[in-house]
Amino acid sequence: MTTSYPATTVWVVVLAIGVLTFAIRFSFLALFEAIERRSSGGRDDSDGTISPRVRAVLRYVPPAVLAALVFPAIVTLEPTVVGTLSNERLLAGTVAAAAAWRTESVLATIGVGMGALWALQVLL
Amino acid sequence: MNVPTELRAGIRDVLPLFLGIVPFAVVFGVAAVDAGLTAVQAVGLSVFVFAGAAQLATLELLAANAAVPVVVLTAVVINLRMLMYSASIAPYFRSLAGRSKAVMAYFLTDQAYALSVAHYGPLGEVTTGAPGSDDASDGGHADDADDDAGDADDHPDSGPTTSSLADRRWYYLGVAVSLWVVWQLGTVAGLVLGTGVPESWGLDFTVPLVFLALLVPAMKDVPTTTAGVVGGVVAVAAAGLPLNLGLLVGATVGILAGLLAERGRR
Repeated sequence: MTTSYPATTVWVVVLAIGVLTFAIRFSFLALFEAIERRSSGGRDDSDGTISPRVRAVLRYVPPAVLAALVFPAIVTLEPTVVGTLSNERLLAGTVAAAAAWRTESVLATIGVGMGALWALQVLL
Repeated sequence: MNVPTELRAGIRDVLPLFLGIVPFAVVFGVAAVDAGLTAVQAVGLSVFVFAGAAQLATLELLAANAAVPVVVLTAVVINLRMLMYSASIAPYFRSLAGRSKAVMAYFLTDQAYALSVAHYGPLGEVTTGAPGSDDASDGGHADDADDDAGDADDHPDSGPTTSSLADRRWYYLGVAVSLWVVWQLGTVAGLVLGTGVPESWGLDFTVPLVFLALLVPAMKDVPTTTAGVVGGVVAVAAAGLPLNLGLLVGATVGILAGLLAERGRR
């Protein structure tokens, strides 16, 4: 798939994400002293400036977002269960998930996943 | 020229991570070609955003012609974790000038954060003396470990640990700037590679594989696994929604499921 957005739209997206990402990164670095002074008596907790509730939510952002990106990219719903489960990308993705679990390595996951995909394309 | 010891220590410590970063960056470059971005736009993403997972998600959504607010919102949500890094590393750089903090912020990544905080040691504890910490202009060494968090004003130059601010900064720059350089070079390598590889190789499949490699270690206990499984299943079910909203719906429901699972365990 290729984008059909014009170049200016792509640049607007790039710059908007860039600026907002910088704001996220800079947020507490910039505000730390102000926050600390206001709440006086700072504790020895390095994360003390983020409320526990917000931290709890942030904890679940990576698994939820990453899974929401991965699952639709490897699972294609077919009319039959067998049809859905025998998709080569789902099978290769399952093998790659095992590799990711064993090695926790991006390189190994890519290698095993692509190897499995190519093997399945030859076999199926 | 005397290259500070901590700069070299940072570069040395980050080298093994290149094994994971280089393929990630190359995949991004290849995927950018696939998505129909120009080389300048792809490098623009790597320079302005400098965050792998968010960059890949941006490509996926641009290729699917998702609505612009959905693209931006998704990337921002993925990068929200950096709020924690910013908050967590801020005490180590509290007495730095604002402009320097902005430079540090620009380079803040998962890896730079993790390596640096591990190297500095916990706040309020004595770190194993950094060999390069004989910088006379930095008066923080005699600092008692127990009085650091409360009154920084007494020692404007001292940080929370016994390592000096200058040391911490050099180490951070060693790690973070190395990552930046490798990320940009990997992007360009992927752009070159991407234009020369036939579509039948299915290299676009490397994108979900990278996300998978990040997802699996992120599911480390029952609540985080619940968040992942529920988020993924809902995203598949909602894949037909317009504007690619299925992604955001899946992620939101996943986060809520994680919070519920956490509450259920207590």
